[in-house]
Amino acid sequence: MQEQLQQLKDEAIGKIQAASTVKELQDVRVAYLGKKGPITDLLKGMGKLPAEERPKMGALVNVVREEVTAVLDERLVILEDAAIAQQLENESIDVTLPGRPVKTGNHHPLTRVVEEIEDLFINMGYEIAEGPEVEKDYYNFEALNLPKGHPARDMQDSFYISEDILLRTHTSPVQARTMEAKGGEPIKIICPGKVYRRDSDDATHSHQFTQIEGLVIGENIRMSDLKGTLSVFAKKMFGDDREIRLRPSFFPFTEPSVEMDISCFKCGGSGCNVCKKTGWIEILGAGMVHPNVLEMAGYDSKRLSGFAFGMGPERIAMLKYGVEDIRHFYTNDVRFVSQFHRTEV
Amino acid sequence: MLVSTKWLADYIDTKGLAPAELAEKITRSGIEVDAVIDRSHGMTNVVVGHVLECGKHPEADKLSICQVDVGEEVTQIICGAPNIAAGQKVIVARPGAVLPGGMKIKKAKLRGEESNGMICSLQELAIEGKLVPKAYAEGIYVLPADTQTGADALGILGLNDTVLELGLTPNRADAMSMLGVAYEVGAILSEDMKYPEINYASSNEVAENVLKLRVEDVDANPMYVAKVVKNVVIGESPLWLQQRLMAAGVRPHNNVVDVTNYVLMEYGQPLHAFDYDRLQTGEIVVRAAHAGEKIMTLDDQERELQAHHLVITNGQEPVAIAGVMGGANSEVHDGTTTIVIESAYFKPASVRQTSKDHNLRSDASSRFEKGVDPNRVEAAAERAAQLIAELAGGEVLQGSVKFDELDKTQKEVIVSPDFINNRLGMKISLEEMTSILSRLKFDFEAANGMLYIKAPTRRQDIQIEEDIVEEIARIYGYDDIPMTLPEGESTPGGLTPYQAQRRIVRNFLEGAGLHQAITYSLTSKELAQSFALETAPVTELLMPMSEERSTLRQSLIPHLLEAASYNVARKADSVTLFETGSVFLGETAEGLPHEEEHVAAVMTGKWLDHSWQGERKTVDFFVLKGIIEGLFAKLGLDHLVTFEQTQKDGLHPGRTASIKLAHEVVGVVGQLHPTEQKKRDLKETYVMEMNLAKLLNFSLEPLLYTPVPRFPSISRDIALVVNRTQAAGELQQIIRRAGGKLLKDVRVFDLYEGEKMEAGQKSVAFSLTYEDPERTLTDEEVVKAHSKVLKALEEEGNAQLRG
Ligand SMILES: [Zn+2]
Repeated sequence: MQEQLQQLKDEAIGKIQAASTVKELQDVRVAYLGKKGPITDLLKGMGKLPAEERPKMGALVNVVREEVTAVLDERLVILEDAAIAQQLENESIDVTLPGRPVKTGNHHPLTRVVEEIEDLFINMGYEIAEGPEVEKDYYNFEALNLPKGHPARDMQDSFYISEDILLRTHTSPVQARTMEAKGGEPIKIICPGKVYRRDSDDATHSHQFTQIEGLVIGENIRMSDLKGTLSVFAKKMFGDDREIRLRPSFFPFTEPSVEMDISCFKCGGSGCNVCKKTGWIEILGAGMVHPNVLEMAGYDSKRLSGFAFGMGPERIAMLKYGVEDIRHFYTNDVRFVSQFHRTEV
Repeated sequence: MLVSTKWLADYIDTKGLAPAELAEKITRSGIEVDAVIDRSHGMTNVVVGHVLECGKHPEADKLSICQVDVGEEVTQIICGAPNIAAGQKVIVARPGAVLPGGMKIKKAKLRGEESNGMICSLQELAIEGKLVPKAYAEGIYVLPADTQTGADALGILGLNDTVLELGLTPNRADAMSMLGVAYEVGAILSEDMKYPEINYASSNEVAENVLKLRVEDVDANPMYVAKVVKNVVIGESPLWLQQRLMAAGVRPHNNVVDVTNYVLMEYGQPLHAFDYDRLQTGEIVVRAAHAGEKIMTLDDQERELQAHHLVITNGQEPVAIAGVMGGANSEVHDGTTTIVIESAYFKPASVRQTSKDHNLRSDASSRFEKGVDPNRVEAAAERAAQLIAELAGGEVLQGSVKFDELDKTQKEVIVSPDFINNRLGMKISLEEMTSILSRLKFDFEAANGMLYIKAPTRRQDIQIEEDIVEEIARIYGYDDIPMTLPEGESTPGGLTPYQAQRRIVRNFLEGAGLHQAITYSLTSKELAQSFALETAPVTELLMPMSEERSTLRQSLIPHLLEAASYNVARKADSVTLFETGSVFLGETAEGLPHEEEHVAAVMTGKWLDHSWQGERKTVDFFVLKGIIEGLFAKLGLDHLVTFEQTQKDGLHPGRTASIKLAHEVVGVVGQLHPTEQKKRDLKETYVMEMNLAKLLNFSLEPLLYTPVPRFPSISRDIALVVNRTQAAGELQQIIRRAGGKLLKDVRVFDLYEGEKMEAGQKSVAFSLTYEDPERTLTDEEVVKAHSKVLKALEEEGNAQLRG
């Protein structure tokens, strides 16, 4: 019986070693160690043995059983590892293949510029004011110190709908309307929007374009406040090391009137093609609100003063992104618009 | 305004500043210098030549062989100009010279004959053709006979000069003259200026005895001065005068006309010269034109006048349109011997209207319409008389013929130094302020802490205190203004809810795969109402620049479709664009169109292209509908939106839905009609447009959380057989209504219209979810609710459970 046991053990270990899959190994386990297996049979057959041999024999069977189990478990780990290795090999993919695309669009570059400016001034306590694109001559011109027949009306040829109604030529009528509505109270607004002028469309002109203007009215608003505000704007919009300079100019709705240049963000001021070798780039027009404009809207120009400024997002986008033709903004060529996909903070 | 720096030096010492430096100073203190033009253009080796001999080229009809004395030598030059002749003094570019166009002059052989240089026209020296005197417009320029042979021609021609091109704003009419610019430069450099000295001998004959003057329209013409000059000899002006005019952008004509133009440029006062004899009556009457009256102007155009036009007449018929253009009938000509010089003040508005009516803009009208200096009207007439006496050999009659009711008082502005400093945020001392006012040549008095300023009449833009603030600031320098931020209460700032929501809409659509487009608001009358959600009377321009941009749009779709066609024509495999913008409808009580903000989109081509894993999809109706549904969900309106089959011009009759928000139509979505697609070279294309304002102004209850369900839900799937035309959305609504409180959700999960169905029928499968937030549902309850649903479907939707 001892021999029989040894033989059984050798046979089982031989099969265990021969098993090449987890499944085969499980079969071996069932065949040799299962309830109907030969080892169990041997244990069952121990009843026939003399009583004094039984403990010895029982111990022997258990040793064999444990030995076989240990070999089997060891083999199982090896086979399972091999199986996983095989699975991993089968499952490996070419990670360089393209991913499933997520389709996204983006802001039009003008909206990108406008929102950047809006947010910058919102953080300085401004609200955003909007108004109609078709305006009364009164709000577009007269309320802004441009009476009928004023020579400065030549500066902006307009699209009239009737004698008194036209497509607004700037967003300033929003300022006039806001002032009228505020009834003498302080104001701090930014007015973005579409405007229209009688220009033939070419690389630098567009009959429709965008403007963004600002207006601040309060007690003791000074020209130095305008300069300080514009400097903050220039640094946030074009870089911390931007300097600004003011040059005298003329707008009927402001007095004094100025134009603001920033030091060239491309060359830093040494002169390049962006700044036309001057080191400076003209960015916007501004000034102290003309007392006639304040008075017409019901403000006491002796008690309150204000400043206003205005700029063109097209020009800013052209400078910032190096766009050479204003018509790109209105053609909506996907190859153009989609270039403004990435964020910049 | 073109300012020759050489000419300017007659009136002001520019302290040896280089023109570019001077330009920078002028720009920084008030008047933008648009360009600094070096008139020499770097030319050298251009000299005065004396044509000694001139003969025909044996081989070429149009060429002449000239022997030219160029000072150092006599040399042969071939010349092609028709007006070349022996004895002339001419401009010669010698070998080695580089002309403005980049042309290099070399020794050459022309048809076998040697040519050592080139005889030049003024155009070849970069003078615009329209400025070259007519006699030399088609050939070489001929210098006066006494010009020194071999001299530097650039100097003789005044081309070693730099011209500043001023970009004048409408308020600075004072700088439309050399004297005005000299005042400005004087203030900047703190230099005094020199006025031209006027003295000439006049004859004993009194002007008033030969010319009568009557002004009938005093309002339009408050001042009129006439000088009479006899025995003039019309001829070419001296070279210095011609040069200065050309530098100023004026073409020389003859000595009399040139003098009037010279004084116009010098004083900013337009003048006109009449031929006294051609006036015939010895009389000048200024009056309003008679309606329908006609005049032949100097440019040989017959012009019909209206009653609001002011005319100069000889007492019988018009001889000039006042301030705008002279008449041909009284024009100075080669045989003129007696002239009348007119210097007047015409009311700006009158000249502006007249020049606009006749579409005539001239150096004269552009000055009159901004208001000339009342104190220079007479001085300019005297200056012209002096120059004509000098240059045309005339005898100036004694005195002027004058009408003068013009107000010449200076405008007084009273301002306190504190006001100036408060406005600027600066601390400029009173001494500095008065020094600036002195430099500007303003009369002033400082008393009682105030400045009493009298602005010179040339500076009619100085009217109020703020104008003085600007004068002080610009001369003091804006660089010295400190940088501060507004004081006083701080404001929170921010977007309105509407503006914030609009940004959310844009961001959502972009996240969903659409690019933002911006298209034109103006369109053609034909397209203005296409695809409009709602039409109303259109808004049209009075004077459009083209039919294509004549009318304001009532829908955003037409231009988005144009953008789609544009991109498809350029081989884009997909176009997904949206736009937010106004449409313009009818008229409000204020007389303006209703402006309504809309959002629209166009989609065509590839949607998902992930073909190596077998996923590939082109845009269809449900792609766009899904985006719209997502947008409504983002806005919290998804439970209020429904889509209903509809028909709309330009859209596919079977693939179009109206979008309803709480039972009100707010938009449309659909496929472009196949014939419309073909017209635009588009394949299957989908569009939508919604009234954005209605979406964003819809008021919702504040967001509150609903407890996460604690009890399990139970699902039931049903497949229904219905008529093929039965809308799934309606079935869904029937289910919702019948399902009661326990029905949590219902969604379509399958649609079958294949051959296994009877003709005219289809199968739609729904998945229903029942749930009770308070407790676990019993089978019984679900069965009860579910059978109600089935009953309602059968009764209301004529739907049978599929076996
Ligand atoms: Zn630069």
